[in-house]
Amino acid sequence: MRRIRAAVTGAVTLSLAFTATACGGGESGEATPKTLTYWASNQGSSLEVDKKVLQPELDRFEQETGIKVKLEVIPWSDLLNRILTAATSGQGPDVLNIGNTWSASLQSTGALLPFDAKNFDSIGGKDRFVDSALGSTGTPGKDPAAVPLYSMAYALYYNKQMFKDAGIAKPPTTWDEVIAAGKKLSKGGKWGLGVEGSNLSNNIHQVFALGKQHGADFFTADGKADFTSDGAVAAVKQYVDLMATQKIVAPGNAEYAQNQSLSDFAKNKTGMVLWQTPSQTFASQGMTPEEWGVVPAPVPSGKPGAGRQTNSMVAGINMAVFKNTKNLDGALKFVKFMTSDEEQVILNKTYGSVPPVKGAQKDPSFADPSLDVIRETLASSAAALPQVPEESQFETVVGTAVKELFADAAAGRPVTTESVRAKLDKAQQQMPKK
Amino acid sequence: MTRTALARPSEPAVRKAAPGEAPAPRRSGRRRIALPYLLLLPALLLELLVHLVPMLMGIGMSFKELTQFYIRNWSEAPWSGLDNYTVAIDFDAPVGQALLKSFLTTCLFTVLSVALCWFLGTAAAIFLQENFRGRGILRTLFLVPYALPVYAAVITWAFMFQRDNGLINHVLHDQLGIGDSPAFWLIGDNSFWALLVVSVWKGWPFAFLTVMAGLQNIPRDMYEAAALDGAGVIKQIRHITLPSLRSVNQVLVLVLFLWTFNDFNTPFVLFGKAAPEAADLVSLHIYQSSFQTWNFGTGSAMSVLLLLFLLVVTGVYLLLTTRGRKTSDV
Amino acid sequence: MSEHVRGRTVPRSPMAAPRSFLWTRRIFLTLLTTFVLLPVFVMVSSSLKPLEDVSGKFQWIPSGLTIRPYFDIWETVPLADYFVNSLVVAGAATVFSVVVAIFAAYGVSRYEFRGKRVFTVTVLSTQMFPGILFLLPLFLIYVNIGNATGIALFGSREGLILTYLTFSLPFSIWMLTGYFDSIPRELDEAAKVDGCGPIRALFRVIVPAASPGIIAVAVYAFMTAWGEVLFASVMTNDTTRTLAVGLQGYATQNDVYWNQVMAASLVVSVPVVVGFLLLQRYLVAGLTAGAVK
Repeated sequence: MRRIRAAVTGAVTLSLAFTATACGGGESGEATPKTLTYWASNQGSSLEVDKKVLQPELDRFEQETGIKVKLEVIPWSDLLNRILTAATSGQGPDVLNIGNTWSASLQSTGALLPFDAKNFDSIGGKDRFVDSALGSTGTPGKDPAAVPLYSMAYALYYNKQMFKDAGIAKPPTTWDEVIAAGKKLSKGGKWGLGVEGSNLSNNIHQVFALGKQHGADFFTADGKADFTSDGAVAAVKQYVDLMATQKIVAPGNAEYAQNQSLSDFAKNKTGMVLWQTPSQTFASQGMTPEEWGVVPAPVPSGKPGAGRQTNSMVAGINMAVFKNTKNLDGALKFVKFMTSDEEQVILNKTYGSVPPVKGAQKDPSFADPSLDVIRETLASSAAALPQVPEESQFETVVGTAVKELFADAAAGRPVTTESVRAKLDKAQQQMPKK
Repeated sequence: MTRTALARPSEPAVRKAAPGEAPAPRRSGRRRIALPYLLLLPALLLELLVHLVPMLMGIGMSFKELTQFYIRNWSEAPWSGLDNYTVAIDFDAPVGQALLKSFLTTCLFTVLSVALCWFLGTAAAIFLQENFRGRGILRTLFLVPYALPVYAAVITWAFMFQRDNGLINHVLHDQLGIGDSPAFWLIGDNSFWALLVVSVWKGWPFAFLTVMAGLQNIPRDMYEAAALDGAGVIKQIRHITLPSLRSVNQVLVLVLFLWTFNDFNTPFVLFGKAAPEAADLVSLHIYQSSFQTWNFGTGSAMSVLLLLFLLVVTGVYLLLTTRGRKTSDV
Repeated sequence: MSEHVRGRTVPRSPMAAPRSFLWTRRIFLTLLTTFVLLPVFVMVSSSLKPLEDVSGKFQWIPSGLTIRPYFDIWETVPLADYFVNSLVVAGAATVFSVVVAIFAAYGVSRYEFRGKRVFTVTVLSTQMFPGILFLLPLFLIYVNIGNATGIALFGSREGLILTYLTFSLPFSIWMLTGYFDSIPRELDEAAKVDGCGPIRALFRVIVPAASPGIIAVAVYAFMTAWGEVLFASVMTNDTTRTLAVGLQGYATQNDVYWNQVMAASLVVSVPVVVGFLLLQRYLVAGLTAGAVK
């Protein structure tokens, strides 16, 4: 009998010990009317910096409303997966930040609260927001799944000293000028333009704008994937050709995915980059604001505008409310607070972005020439990435196709219209069948 | 397997007792029968909760059209029959082709990695069996790759494999003058070798540790007896060390195999979300097919196919390695 | 070092090593050490460079040295919190996993019973399912358990401990069965003759004899939990985030702080390496304890 008792005791002790651990601590995800959970994306130079920036504002919100906001800053590498698991399980935050290009995809899961007229009213009305930013909040024709929080756009950043040394008088405004300038810059171990060939999202952003310039959209009007149109093929080829045939991009850029192109730029190794609000990064790499200049990203005519003169996607962060929130009222109050003119000025100023709220844009602190370029681009020549549920798949498969084409170019393999079309065709077949 | 005279003086202790000697459970009542089950109970419960039930759910998912439109409520997702499977194994279409290619790449990668890990680990353990100066330090150093957090270790390798700024090309190209232009390691065809190097670097200390522990159970007098018979080092290794490690090796090789085959962390940190085609391991491929493209049904179907493959391989492996041994050795 | 002392007490090995063997050993170990230490060297040297240098071309001899990264790492991410989380999670998962595995391996190694094969094969097969796939189901199960019982498994350390201990369990059981099998049954039979019950025989005789194996398994269980990235990335939050995920905080949207990643990795690895070092004494202790004399 003793033996068996010993065995049973062993097993029971173990399972008890286990339960005991499992019982201790942990937080309940329950939201009481007095608290909110907020998932913020990483906007500053580190997670800790974000906490320091946001906490005082959250404290202010608590003073005004009595609602305590529990902040969690989530790294970009985890954010989408965290949102997906939250959507699957119904356990998530009350309010969260999303990349604005994910809006339609996340909208289709039904996990986010639709901003209908009533909800918009409770945060101060739809017409407070800039139109282009609202264009990237969900499928057109449906109630937006989110509201814009921070806005950004692509622009061409150039190294003043390198331009001077190469004898380039005027920063380029057309692609021909970019290539001409690039060729002057690309000598003696230095290069004209930097790209992030292995960064899927960045590839998408660049070929999307080029696609617009070729009259291509990557999706048909009824939302079907259309990656192999002549315009799309030409756009992708034009982008990869900057390395393959024009040779103004260093072959090594094909493997860049961690913003190495920005450190090359800061180290005077490349003369130009196409980027969204990189000033913080330049500074941390030891480059002062006087050393670089910024002009709108190039377009065929030299004059950015709508349609074929589009020169950027609408970049930015949106704020959404999780449909399962147990504190809808508080969540909307918090969205209203964060999108108020006053908070918009504080936050966008800190992060170097442009407020998507008209009232806040008028603030004198945004009267900076480098921000003017961004604001102007957003207002007149930026287009939203396709607002279709399959946007996330699109980024993955087409972004990968561009990455593979860059790898070919870097290895010296020819990049032809046929090879580009073949890659895009393969990408298109990987999209879910409708 | 032929036993030579070498092992005769004392039967290797690691050998199983002959079937007759096995202490067959004396059937002395119910408690005798209950005991082994009680011993297994905690393990079984845990496996049920964390592995088996989720696994069954995963198999269920593979028969559903589980796209982003349905993830909020799985029960509403429409049944899709074998659709997910036909997509996955249609080798004429890009999805099936990519899966097949990824699968073959993974097989080759796994075989090479396991072989190298096992070889390095066993060789190092045998070389460190003897006491000599610096042995303790080496033993600790060899476990360092294992002690570093995976992310840190792999990101360091990625740092070293950078084309323009990395140490590898600095040595190979700048200092040794190999190749006309620096090679790419993180994209293109070489990425396979980069992944292999990182995988072996990270995996071999585990083989080393396991074999080292296994060596401790080989009685010294076996070597003494063999030495008296005039057997040299090589003979001793061949006829005593390696046979004695058989049961440890059987486990070790399979562990390394499954571990390497399903490794997700290494390629994910090394290459990011999209691995180059040459190094597109099946685990990352499935991640892309489910999490990146939000199609969990197809991803599940691919996983189930993988599971079936691994079950077959493991079954065959166990049959082969235990041939001639008692079934209870499994 | 203690094992040197211990080593000397062991009778000199009869493996009369010829010169060629010694040379092979020397060359092999030198090459292997270089291979092992190369990334470690890179980590150390990079952790001592300013950010501008790290993102430039590799140099054997750094142009300038700074220890600032070692101070900055604590500011950029809450490294100390992550470290504690990892230590608690990996430590607890290891202890439970090893204890559960010892029981199970003992059952498999020493008893014949119906369903043994089914048990071993089932447990083993759980290792074959890609983790990515049961991530979502498991998350769902944890959430439902939480809703039904109030035990918070998702987002908590406990949930992660439970997950990780089960991750390492199948191999731990299997490896320990192998080690236990290699311990002659006469030993525990003798203990039973002396009046020990099976459980006492297990802890008095088998566990000490298999201690090198148990340590190997414990190290395996610890490292499985220590390095896991995917589950930790969705199952933890701000307060429970582990190192494996937390270290990624040095790669932000716009910057990768290479020097700080390396510095932080080194700092957090030191205690683990020291722990291994201490365990090694027990690993070799089995040399005498496990021997059948």
